[in-house]
Amino acid sequence: MNAEEIAAHLGNFRVGIAGAGGLGSNCSALLARSGIGTLVIADHDRVERSNLSRQYYFEGQTGMLKTEALKENLSRIRPETAVVIHNVFLDPTNISMLFRGCHVIVEALDSSEMKEMFIETVQTEMKGIPVVAGSGIAGWGRNETLRSRQIDETLYVCGDETTEVSGDLLPLAARVAIVAAMQANTVVEILMKMH
Amino acid sequence: MKITLNNRDEEFEADSMTVSEMLEIRKFTFRLRIIKINGELIPRNKYATTLIHDGDNVQMLYLMSGG
Repeated sequence: MNAEEIAAHLGNFRVGIAGAGGLGSNCSALLARSGIGTLVIADHDRVERSNLSRQYYFEGQTGMLKTEALKENLSRIRPETAVVIHNVFLDPTNISMLFRGCHVIVEALDSSEMKEMFIETVQTEMKGIPVVAGSGIAGWGRNETLRSRQIDETLYVCGDETTEVSGDLLPLAARVAIVAAMQANTVVEILMKMH
Repeated sequence: MKITLNNRDEEFEADSMTVSEMLEIRKFTFRLRIIKINGELIPRNKYATTLIHDGDNVQMLYLMSGG
């Protein structure tokens, strides 16, 4: 396949991204560059100055809703990718509706409780739709501990599955971006096998 | 009984056990996770009542904060 054929294939698909923080914003940028047809992004936060250390936002966007700022940034990367945004707090009652029609969904939420709730909801209410989760991104270095594994046909996880973000172990840009890229790479791999 | 736990063969004394019992026996009690048995996701509120049987394929994924 040449570059145009790959982009044409990926242009047929709709990918959901739950969370527009370090994982979600960086993953979205990579998926847009890859030529995904539609991105559906959900988040309820606003851009803060401290987010600029690792998230795909710019000086001048602080105070904006992350969904709106990210849509703006993605349109500057690749206007052909349609971006649907939902400025909501995700809960078990709205997830399957917000991500309806998505071929793959990226879990890019912050707290482990939200991750659990989201994965449980998608896996039980949207059976057959692959979820690419992120787990274990904190700190720096230790490249060799970052991994991607397929649990089964509909569940994948990227990260070290060990390090928890805390006051002593912050999420630093490079390690967050590696896991975001692993998630995007997994999405592309899944979609390249889909017809 | 023998089960597959994260793609590895593991042996347990009991003929069957609940998910909660398995977590306790293996001392996996300290953090959030996703558990699937034979491809079926088991929600946390069913850990105490869902049985694991001989030959089951149990998959666990650890959920760490940070996104």
